[in-house]
Amino acid sequence: MRILIVGAGEVGSNIASNLAGTHEVTMIDRDPERIEELTYSLDVLAKEGDGTSLRTLEEAGLEQTDLLIASTDVDESNLAICGTAKTVSDPFTIARVKNADLLRTWERSRRAFSVDFMVCSTLLTANEAVQVVGLPLSTDVDRFANGLVQMAEFELVEDSPLVGQTVGEADRVESLTFASILRDGEVLIPRGETTFTSDDKVVVIGSPEGVRQFSLRVIPDETPSETENVFVVGASEIGVHVARQLQDRGVDVRLIEQDSERADEVAEMLSETIVLNNDATDTEFLEQENFGKADAVITTLDNDQKNLLVALLAKRLGVKRAISVMESEEYRDLFNEVGVDVTINPQIVTGEEIARFTREQIAEKLSFIEDSRAEVFEIEIDPESVLAGRPVEESIADLPASVVIGAIARDDRMITPRGDTVIEAGDHVILFTDDEVSEEVLSKV
Amino acid sequence: MSFDLLETLRGGHESTLNDIIGYTASLALLGRTLKYLAVTPLLPIFVALYYGESTLPFLITSGVMIGLGVTLERLQSDPDLGHREAFLFVSMTWFVVPLVGMIPYLIAGQGTVAHPVNALFESMSGFTTTGSTVLGEISFARHSRSILMWRQLTQWLGGMGILVLMVAILPELSVGGAQVIREESPGLSIDKLTPRIQDTARALWGIYAAFTLGAVVVYYGLHLAGVAPNMDFYNAVAHALTTLPTGGFSPEARSVEAFSPIIQWAVILFMVVAGTNFALFWYVSKGEPRRLTRNAEFRSYLLVMGAVSGLFTLLLFYGVGLAEVPTNIAPLSGDIENALRQAVFQTVAIVTTTGYASMDFNTWDQSAQLALLFAMFFGGSAGSAAGSVKIIRWYLIRKAMSREVFKSVHPEAVRPIRVSDDVADDDAVSSVFVFVMIFICIFAVSSVLIYLDGLRVGLELSAIEAVSASIATLGNVGPGVGIVGPMNNFERFSSATKLYMVFLMWIGRLEILSVLVVLSPSYWRR
Repeated sequence: MRILIVGAGEVGSNIASNLAGTHEVTMIDRDPERIEELTYSLDVLAKEGDGTSLRTLEEAGLEQTDLLIASTDVDESNLAICGTAKTVSDPFTIARVKNADLLRTWERSRRAFSVDFMVCSTLLTANEAVQVVGLPLSTDVDRFANGLVQMAEFELVEDSPLVGQTVGEADRVESLTFASILRDGEVLIPRGETTFTSDDKVVVIGSPEGVRQFSLRVIPDETPSETENVFVVGASEIGVHVARQLQDRGVDVRLIEQDSERADEVAEMLSETIVLNNDATDTEFLEQENFGKADAVITTLDNDQKNLLVALLAKRLGVKRAISVMESEEYRDLFNEVGVDVTINPQIVTGEEIARFTREQIAEKLSFIEDSRAEVFEIEIDPESVLAGRPVEESIADLPASVVIGAIARDDRMITPRGDTVIEAGDHVILFTDDEVSEEVLSKV
Repeated sequence: MSFDLLETLRGGHESTLNDIIGYTASLALLGRTLKYLAVTPLLPIFVALYYGESTLPFLITSGVMIGLGVTLERLQSDPDLGHREAFLFVSMTWFVVPLVGMIPYLIAGQGTVAHPVNALFESMSGFTTTGSTVLGEISFARHSRSILMWRQLTQWLGGMGILVLMVAILPELSVGGAQVIREESPGLSIDKLTPRIQDTARALWGIYAAFTLGAVVVYYGLHLAGVAPNMDFYNAVAHALTTLPTGGFSPEARSVEAFSPIIQWAVILFMVVAGTNFALFWYVSKGEPRRLTRNAEFRSYLLVMGAVSGLFTLLLFYGVGLAEVPTNIAPLSGDIENALRQAVFQTVAIVTTTGYASMDFNTWDQSAQLALLFAMFFGGSAGSAAGSVKIIRWYLIRKAMSREVFKSVHPEAVRPIRVSDDVADDDAVSSVFVFVMIFICIFAVSSVLIYLDGLRVGLELSAIEAVSASIATLGNVGPGVGIVGPMNNFERFSSATKLYMVFLMWIGRLEILSVLVVLSPSYWRR
């Protein structure tokens, strides 16, 4: 497929690096230095120019393009790019926006602005943050088969009861499958005798209830299992989305915003949230508000240094979980190193959502784990598949060793695969695979 | 980056050289390249079998390529080519491949190239498409046809680029490939023609191979038509293999002088093609011929060759350009077709840095020889197989100069430098000035060194001979004037000078900077 990506920022580049291996990708950006860099760092055709100009789009091969992704930093430009492209050609258009109002407008007709699919980065990021808050100790959560199946990644802390147990011992939760263990950057497929160690990342696939139960077993005993009391720091768009979603779930939310005008504005929008107008690095104020007793703190400030500082302060004051929404991907390791529990990068979240949507022609839904080192995807089984009509223990032998069948969704029910489970055509199967064999698996399944 | 950052925060760890430059990755890829090149001696093997000659030199060469290739490949199973490694990979490949490519000459042991220094010179001159030779006597009596075909083949492989070929074949070069091609191909930047660099490399090699095949058909077709008596099938293939890479090797002692006028015109045509940016032919094949005809560099390239040819035609036609009457060809003065053909042929051969000759221009007057010497600095187009400075750089320099003049009259004027439909940014222009400065400095120093070493060993060189030998090797042109003239050779130089020239050809082919980077101390530090 020929893909044209306009806007080669972090989102655009992230999508391109996800897709360049399997598709022919052309990129357009206005910054010549960025173009020069991309030419040599990714296997894509990079062209300098303004994507809202029809001439630029045509020079980049608009007529042969099957899919156009507008991912510049400016919402209005992205809409204009999709509109421009549709005037002469008919590619499938995807636009990335930050403003959730645009998404709501688009959702009315699903054709508005000549956009075929719209991704709202702020809303997506907020959703991810809220899901992670809901599951203690998880670092990544994704839903499959209309929410019937959940995938979650947990990082084992030193005093987690799971550390020292074998997979066989830990496998006591019904409707749950251990998909993989990520240890020192390696992807391990769990066997019955594998023992968990601290700092392992465990990926499980199962029903939402199973995942929840499992999360209770992962957390150290003194950690409360319910998240009732959350601080959101920074009333950015993402911060407001997070606060709104949490308050709607009945969580006690307090939002700290330094700018008094913005604080007023936000307080009007969020009825159930307590908005505090102060500097979040003021320790006296934090003590007074019992900041340290919070179950979770989510930092959504517009500046990564401040995010890091507030998250560090939160951990120091005793907050159980610090979640940072951060912009610069290169600091992710640094955040994790100093004790921030979860980092969420809006650019990466958006990039993955778009890449996932693009690949949905084969796989219905896709989730990337550890910088695309492994993938979880959902697929509908057709009669030709090697999986169809056979017990799992037989068919799994025909697939590479690093494949785990996580869950099966059939007629709105979730089935936990066991060795004798027979997969039928029409089932939706959620698979975990190593990145290297994913193409092979997709072709066989 | 994040990893480096954390390492730094933790106080750093002992870094080995391989952390700074992944030389094992570069070596492993070099190994893979050699392994694939092991099929190339098949062509001379077929020739040897046909003419009943020994296939041993090529079988051994192929064996060495496989052996060395597999050994190096084992250094790293999944080589990752970063920015720095790409420089090392390109420079090293262009040194090691000619080193392995000299094995047939050594084993065959025929004539002067049995000597290791001569064999290396001939091999480097081949792969870099220079065309300077140290073969004392070029004849089938002295050298087997298979060895001479290997000599032709080295130029063909080097022309479009060994590594462009590897990018076309090896999927693991998909990410580092663009930079590898940039370091290997002449010119300012690369023209990525397709989203995938592998497809671009395939397109370029496809066009190159198609034109080569075209040249074989035309040369041999003229022979079959009875208008080219000496151009048998062997010669047709041999000359096609060195026309398109702008190489210039010929199994004929008198180069293209040995062929009829119509062949000489045909060779001129294919030399012009070879000196053109191959990316432009790709656009033509996609139905955009205007990309070729409107291209500023292509127009300047034709203009330069037209002007220089015109000058020589006049000089030759009126006989003022000749110091002595050449004995091997029909009289020039008064014969307009002959004068025009000789003028155009020599001009095109020199400007495209092919280095064929249709007459011995040692018979020309000093003034005409001097003009020819200057023509050696032009070079063909970027993205072609030609060497030397390249037309596009002179074009940019000319534009930058006229801008300076304009700006002294209108100090407030904002005047971008336009090339075809694009604007060249100032970084590109200043890097052109830097390149030309370095090129001329190395040329000047080398001229003096060659002259002095001549004095040391008692080789009587005139200044113009030393200068021409310097530009002929650095610019990958091939022949110079006087003792290194088109019908003579480089054999009389001392081994020291020959090895120095091997160095000049190597850096000339990679446009100096790629090699200078690897040779600079800062490259090897963090």
